[in-house]
Amino acid sequence: MDSVNFPVLSLIIFIPIIAAVVMLLLPKDQKDLVRGLAIGAASAVLLLSLFVYLNYNSQVGNIEQQQAQSLVNAGRGAELEAFNLDEYAPQMAEAVGATDAGISVSTAMYKDGMAFEEYVPWLPQLGIAYHLGVDGLSVPMVLLTGMVAVAGVLMSWRIDDRPREFMAFFMLLVSGVYGVFLAQDIFVLFFFYEFAIFPMYLLIATWGWVKLREYAAMKLTLYILIGSVVALVGVLAMLFVTATYYETTGAAVFEAAKAANILPADLKPFNFDMTSVMLAAENGAFNIGGYAGFDTMTFAKFWFPVIFIGFAVLAGVFPFHNWSPDGHVAAPTAVSMIHAGVLMKLGAYAALRMGVQLLPDGAAVHLPWIVFLTLINVVYGAFIAFRQRDFKYVIGFSSVSHMGLVSMGFATMNLTGMTGAGLQMFSHGAMTALFFGCVGMVYDRAHTRDIPSLGGFIKVMPWVGIAFIIGGLTSMGMPGLSGFIAEFPIFAGMWQASENVSLQIGSFSLTNYYSVIVVIAALGIVITAAYVLRVTGQVFFGEFDREKYPDVDDITVRERFILILLGAPLILLGMLPSVMAPMLEVGIRPVLAILNGGAS
Amino acid sequence: MNIFGFDVLSFLVFASALAALLLVFVPSEQKAIARILALGLSVAIGGVAAAVFFAYNTTAAGQQMTFQTEWFGLLGASWHVGIDGISASMVLLTGILTPLAVLVSWEIEDRVNMHMALILFFEAGLFGTFVAQDLMVFFLFYELTLVPMFFIINQWGGPNRKYASTKFFLYSLGGSLGMLLAIQLIGITAGTFDIPTLITQTDLWLNLSRPDGLFLGIPVNTVKGLAFLGFFVAFCIKVPVWPFHTWLPDAHSEAPTAGSMLLAGVMLKLGAYGFLRIVIPLFPDVWVADISILGLTTNFATFFAILAVLGIVLGAFAAFGQTDIKRLVAYSSVNHMGFVALGLAVTARIYGEQFVTGSTELAQDAIIATNGAVLQMFNHGLSSAGMFLLAGAIYHKTHTRDMTQYGGLWVKAPIYGGIFIFTSMASLGLPGLNGFVSEFLVVRGSFTVYTLLTVISMIGLLFTGGYILKGIRSVLHGPFNMHWRDYKLEIDMREFIAMAPLMVLMLITGLAPNWILSVINASVTQLFGGS
Repeated sequence: MDSVNFPVLSLIIFIPIIAAVVMLLLPKDQKDLVRGLAIGAASAVLLLSLFVYLNYNSQVGNIEQQQAQSLVNAGRGAELEAFNLDEYAPQMAEAVGATDAGISVSTAMYKDGMAFEEYVPWLPQLGIAYHLGVDGLSVPMVLLTGMVAVAGVLMSWRIDDRPREFMAFFMLLVSGVYGVFLAQDIFVLFFFYEFAIFPMYLLIATWGWVKLREYAAMKLTLYILIGSVVALVGVLAMLFVTATYYETTGAAVFEAAKAANILPADLKPFNFDMTSVMLAAENGAFNIGGYAGFDTMTFAKFWFPVIFIGFAVLAGVFPFHNWSPDGHVAAPTAVSMIHAGVLMKLGAYAALRMGVQLLPDGAAVHLPWIVFLTLINVVYGAFIAFRQRDFKYVIGFSSVSHMGLVSMGFATMNLTGMTGAGLQMFSHGAMTALFFGCVGMVYDRAHTRDIPSLGGFIKVMPWVGIAFIIGGLTSMGMPGLSGFIAEFPIFAGMWQASENVSLQIGSFSLTNYYSVIVVIAALGIVITAAYVLRVTGQVFFGEFDREKYPDVDDITVRERFILILLGAPLILLGMLPSVMAPMLEVGIRPVLAILNGGAS
Repeated sequence: MNIFGFDVLSFLVFASALAALLLVFVPSEQKAIARILALGLSVAIGGVAAAVFFAYNTTAAGQQMTFQTEWFGLLGASWHVGIDGISASMVLLTGILTPLAVLVSWEIEDRVNMHMALILFFEAGLFGTFVAQDLMVFFLFYELTLVPMFFIINQWGGPNRKYASTKFFLYSLGGSLGMLLAIQLIGITAGTFDIPTLITQTDLWLNLSRPDGLFLGIPVNTVKGLAFLGFFVAFCIKVPVWPFHTWLPDAHSEAPTAGSMLLAGVMLKLGAYGFLRIVIPLFPDVWVADISILGLTTNFATFFAILAVLGIVLGAFAAFGQTDIKRLVAYSSVNHMGFVALGLAVTARIYGEQFVTGSTELAQDAIIATNGAVLQMFNHGLSSAGMFLLAGAIYHKTHTRDMTQYGGLWVKAPIYGGIFIFTSMASLGLPGLNGFVSEFLVVRGSFTVYTLLTVISMIGLLFTGGYILKGIRSVLHGPFNMHWRDYKLEIDMREFIAMAPLMVLMLITGLAPNWILSVINASVTQLFGGS
């Protein structure tokens, strides 16, 4: 399906790195050149991301058909409707290879959705390869990263303190984030995951808000590092189990997958390839009982919480959300934008990819209680946001609340809810970057973020006011904007899941509680509306005090461009959900297939 | 009927939204351009709306001018629009009132372009709600109307506007949460959000049955009851039915004149319309199922009728007690919308019984009551918009809403006085004017079903006369307050032009209501299985 002849994904990763290196080689006083280089690199990356997005979007129909065929081939044609593929039912050939029913359907569907693949063996002895590719889940994230990167560079245009280093680190951060979204090899994924944290630390600690930056940078880095190290332990264990499986009972499966071109022909049993681990997971390598000395314990059940929560720390899941508001507030505006806008999605994305997708049986057991954590995120985050005096803390806690909805969407374990989670990742990314952009523009001029002492800013900065209102309406899930498009499926998915999910702890069992959770979570909408109205009213409406803020003026064209770049997608997606939802469905289907297969 | 390649109903929605967008880009210094452009566009859109109304075919069955295309495939929601006679009359009302609201907003000097844009954006939301045939699209536009109205009140309203607008917004948004959850529940259960499908394919939702009788771990009927309550509360707040009305006096009295006109004239009808379009057809059995309140066994329809009558009586009392002219008109809305609610209660009761037992007893009375309720929606739209316009006109000249400060103004403003009395009489229900026809129909229809409640509501009608005469007396009669000696109090030409169509419609509907009643009746009769 590769219709493109040049390595788009590698370009997306390496253009920012090259730009960063060139910047650091430039003389210190070449500030304009540095800025030009940064915006050039960011725009190039955004255009490439847009190309990937549009190209992938145009293939969604084909991929859906292939996925439908894979499902039928595996003898699961009856489930076409559950996968929202029933429109393809008439044109499906009858199950050709129904003999291998259920063996590797989700891996095949995953492979159907893969595009722009690049595969270069890197350390073949260890099974590590430079393997990139995008699927329906990562493509929207790739576009989001490009948007926020351009917006971030434009937002940092006026940084005068060592702009060369700032821009270089920012570019490295962008590249690291892209690396995670594009990686199809677990080693590459971890490499870029950690690679993104290092410039993040420097950016916050050096250019952040003086009062808080060192504390916040340290807290953030430690939280994320510990989370990822814990996850790494689990992932390594997973790789060893995979290797053992392929060397023993799974040898036939391994060879068959190689023959079917699902795995590279030169792959060794011990490898870091994501598809290979998924194949092992699907064939039950992680479900052998008696793990860790307990009869009922399996590998998947044991390690899922470690891996999922380890990554979800970065997505701000309660009670490990604590680093996030401090980190957001301390960071310079551009870094807050990319941090809340993209980096938190990195955690959610990795938790879904490494956790739910590779350990489906663990997910089926543990997500039913993790959902309570996400509920706390949603409601508690909104309450705390309501109580803040600092403009930036409001947005910081609102991110905690909204990211809770993403994890809640994962916990539905059905197509509707998980696609909603994907939409929420994109929607929240653009929205929160827009919020932080607005806060930054106000702070740059007013030099305070204390909400009660601001007021009437819509009169002098109408663009910022309108952008903030659009963001605010999105955040309260107002129909017609992307927040509604994302939250509605998440809640609908919760209803749908309510009858299928139950929680069993010893003799205590809980059923149908998802319907209660969704009702409580819906209250989060009203609290969100309350704090958005409060902040909008106090900051943007009311009387503007010219004596207090003599220097406040309207924003520049450059800043308007930031607001349009981040605000327009919110409206577009809100009115036409079909520009993104089908693509995400393509990405979610393999995960769903492996979950359904594993649950039985 | 297609306009520029769009079906006419989608065109109405998008044209209003695009007109709003266009106005946003008019420079804010160019006030005259913004005003004229807004008026021109809203008159043109109103013309299309009127064309839709008159193109509606009363002899054909079912939805007309339908259009359907996929919108959100993941959830099975589609962009499905269509109208029946009830929606057609509401579309007409929206099309009439918006240009008048624009005309009345001529006096706004602050950010004219934004004000006009919000009015047109509001119109887009109203059209969208009235033509939607998909629950998700319905909810989308239903909620979307809150945003422009919030900003109209919050930015151009009276002294207490911040409080009023926030209360209005949070009350409405919170109230519709239950509806949001219920819509999700229905959509996920039935696999479709399409309203006609949900109504006609009764096994999807209406006759929902489970092998063990449980759904989400609780009995199916309880789930349906809870979903019903979600809709019920949301629409009760919007109508507003007593005791969910407390947001209304604040919002109405603080809103600028155009805002009050649209709020009372059309927005309240969204709630009543929601009952007719969604709650009654989707929950017929819940309406008539026995419930126990304070030891008394009754059903939701009767309970609703009791609330409606309380709204009629207490609304009239409250209006009588006001000294603020806009609050008086606001409480009169509670009073008048009570008749709509009473008519709807009869609809729900008989429709539900027909669904459960299949008996067509009293169907004729229910048809009459429903016709009355829908006509009352239209009539209240005309008269409350007129009353708010007149209240705004006098407020704009005196800068006070306190009626005790007025007195004998007829001397200085004879034309205004005449119009004021005419509109008041229409509101009061004087035979020959529109209010009489619809209130008579509601009372006639509900008398056989809820005799006692109807009798009590007539007491409310007595007090309606009371507060309206009180309003007339304190504004127009009595000794002239010399404070206003040097003020120009006569109605402006512009305001007169805005009043004229309302008065013409009040008179025509009063004398020959059939021009609209035939359209409404066709759909109402179909609702009850007639033809």
